[in-house]
Amino acid sequence: MKFSGGVHPAYHKDTAGLQIEAMPLLHRYVVPIAQHLGAPGKVLVAKGDRVARWQPLSEPVGFVSVPVHAPTSGTVKQVAALPHPLGRPMLAVEIESDGEDRPWEGLAPPADWRRLEPAELRRAIQAAGVVGMGGATFPTHVKLSPPAEKKVDLLILNGAECEPYLTADHRVMLEQAAEVMEGLGLMMRVLGVTRACVGIESNKPDALEALRRACPADVAAEFTLLETKYPQGSEKHLIYALSGRRVPPGGLPMDVGCVVQNVGTAVACLEAVRDGLPMTERVATVTGAAINVPHNLRVRVGAPLLDVLAHCGGVTPDVGKVIFGGPMMGIGQFDMDVPLIKGTSGVLCLRDDEAVLFEGGPCIRCGACVDACPMGLVPSAMGLIAERFRFEELGDWHILDCIECGSCAYVCPSRRPLVQHFKRGKAEWRDILEERRAKTDRDAKRAETAATA
Amino acid sequence: MTLESGTGPDGAPTEPATPVAEPITPRDLIVSASPHVHAGQDVPWIMRQVLLALLPGLLAGLWFFGLGALRVLVLAVAGCLACEWACARLVKRPATLRDYSAVLTGVLLAMNLPSGSPWWLVLIGSAVAIGLGKAVYGGLGYNPFNPALVARVFLLISFPVQMTTWVVPQGPGTALDAATGATPLGAIKEAVGLGRTVADAGAPGLRDLLVGNVGGSFGEVSALALLLGGLWLLWRGVIRWQVPVAFMAATALVTGIAHLADPAHYASPLVHLLGGGLMLGAWFMATDMVTSPVTRRGLLIFGAGCGLLTAVIRLWGGYPEGVSFAILLMNAATPLIDRWTRPRVFGEARKLYREADAA
Repeated sequence: MKFSGGVHPAYHKDTAGLQIEAMPLLHRYVVPIAQHLGAPGKVLVAKGDRVARWQPLSEPVGFVSVPVHAPTSGTVKQVAALPHPLGRPMLAVEIESDGEDRPWEGLAPPADWRRLEPAELRRAIQAAGVVGMGGATFPTHVKLSPPAEKKVDLLILNGAECEPYLTADHRVMLEQAAEVMEGLGLMMRVLGVTRACVGIESNKPDALEALRRACPADVAAEFTLLETKYPQGSEKHLIYALSGRRVPPGGLPMDVGCVVQNVGTAVACLEAVRDGLPMTERVATVTGAAINVPHNLRVRVGAPLLDVLAHCGGVTPDVGKVIFGGPMMGIGQFDMDVPLIKGTSGVLCLRDDEAVLFEGGPCIRCGACVDACPMGLVPSAMGLIAERFRFEELGDWHILDCIECGSCAYVCPSRRPLVQHFKRGKAEWRDILEERRAKTDRDAKRAETAATA
Repeated sequence: MTLESGTGPDGAPTEPATPVAEPITPRDLIVSASPHVHAGQDVPWIMRQVLLALLPGLLAGLWFFGLGALRVLVLAVAGCLACEWACARLVKRPATLRDYSAVLTGVLLAMNLPSGSPWWLVLIGSAVAIGLGKAVYGGLGYNPFNPALVARVFLLISFPVQMTTWVVPQGPGTALDAATGATPLGAIKEAVGLGRTVADAGAPGLRDLLVGNVGGSFGEVSALALLLGGLWLLWRGVIRWQVPVAFMAATALVTGIAHLADPAHYASPLVHLLGGGLMLGAWFMATDMVTSPVTRRGLLIFGAGCGLLTAVIRLWGGYPEGVSFAILLMNAATPLIDRWTRPRVFGEARKLYREADAA
């Protein structure tokens, strides 16, 4: 099934042939407590504490929360608000490494996922701090705990990697195919589903072949090569492409009986159970015309950007933009001291002349954005409304259905900063909804008091 | 995530990496919202593509009408550019001459004028196109009506004599004070109006209509050259097929039915497709992005409306030609069409959509 809309950006998957290389141990790591969507955990360590590798630095508060763990052994230098890839400083634990890389004694013993109950598996996954590694960083155990009334019958493994430049998932599928498929089986067991679909864009047939060959006999997976089109890896569009089901506006994949997980997440789940290891590493692609030696790196979470760039030979003098993630949805960085975190799928270094400025001329109503929007929205009209601060109108235009994929801005001949407008518009519209709700509540309460009086 | 990473080949811990001696000093990095890359097209590119696509039609016009046509072209482009500059100056905004939109308006206006137009007519047209057609609304992107057509209709109503004095094409050597005659559609309308038949009008054959060896506005005469340019625009992805196809199909349908019913008094649909300003209108004027709907469904309705109105005006209206009026009328309907052709949001049920829209 093909979704309508989408774009075909230049793919630049130049690092697809580079083997994953482990980044050497660093002097220092900065581990933010908030690396996932949901409540940040409670810090367990204080300045001066000695920590071991894989030791929890925080504990979850509530269900939609996960811990973070020490990437190596050493001393806690500070627990403070430190630079974070999302832009503003956030609470983080800085660790000075002692070079020993001493493992923590409290690690969970290795276990066989085929013998564990779903509840035990979920607990292990949460304790290991596993989050969605596609970039959204939603806690994985939550996604694997659909409420009883949602009948989930299909697990989708996302190997689309539709963002240009990024090849981390591609390499994981090639080099850790067996672990990906075992992880898929594990997640199927947690969900109690018997059917799984693996979706990979048609530019990575080797990855599909590797996974197919590595698929264990007891994991019932279907493999599909998908059209190479951005944003093929978007949850809703991947579900549609593989199953023909459409997630309703405002709905979740589980509303149509699906759960989508990234290939890297599958490996992390497996390692959490099989080896008892928390998530303290990920594979990230360091690439772009402005980095000297592109890499697919296995990097420990908390590695400062500066050290990662240095390991890759440094940036060229004409570097214009350093992005965490891909060029379509990634976040531009301004502080080279930010750490790579669980959701950092890549570091993209663009040259000055490649970094497009969206200065924003007038909308000429060409309709290119309408054709490109995979969600069936009208970005041209929404952009004009947001530009004039008429945020209360944005609800009628389904602003909350915007997935911020950037297809509209990518094709806009006037270089209008549409995604920026929509990000702000969404926040403003949510505020308006919140206000309305509060007002309704107040009115109801007032009516109630009047009635009793 | 394996135990090996961070340890040497013999399992011993590696030395912590020493940072590279030369620290990376990020100069002023650009920080902006995603996306960080772009497809590459911009507004001047689009305008240049349209100008290029107009070249065949323009050259055909210059060939048939000679220096007179060239004079109109130069005057119109210069007039539009000057007016654009002056308007920007007046409202203290940066001049937007470089986006080629004023050049395009000038070329389109020129192509919509008779080659024998007096100089003042062309300049008034330029001022109306840019000033009344575009600048008063806030410039490029905000005008509801096609600027060149606003000017053309303004001139047609204000100066009917000058605007319907058609030079007879005589090739590159056509003199500035050349003989004048009727357009094919004008001749047919007049003959039918006098109670005669289409055949009596002595209109030129289809071959002349195709190449452009007929009277008319100097840029509209060569159907073939204009069609070539239009197809090229389509191939380049600048315009979408819905408008020209729906436009031509609707005109052909209505004029075809009329022709079948009464061939003596209604010309063949081929004459209507190739004659007058239909090719120029369908491929270059109605496809103006600013003044047409944004969705493909909307464009189909828009194009069909243009074609229908054109046919109705031509067959039963007071003017022999109706393309300009038809497009302007549909321009006015564009916001309404946009409203009714909003695409369905991904995952939204058809019924839900209707209900949401009615609410």
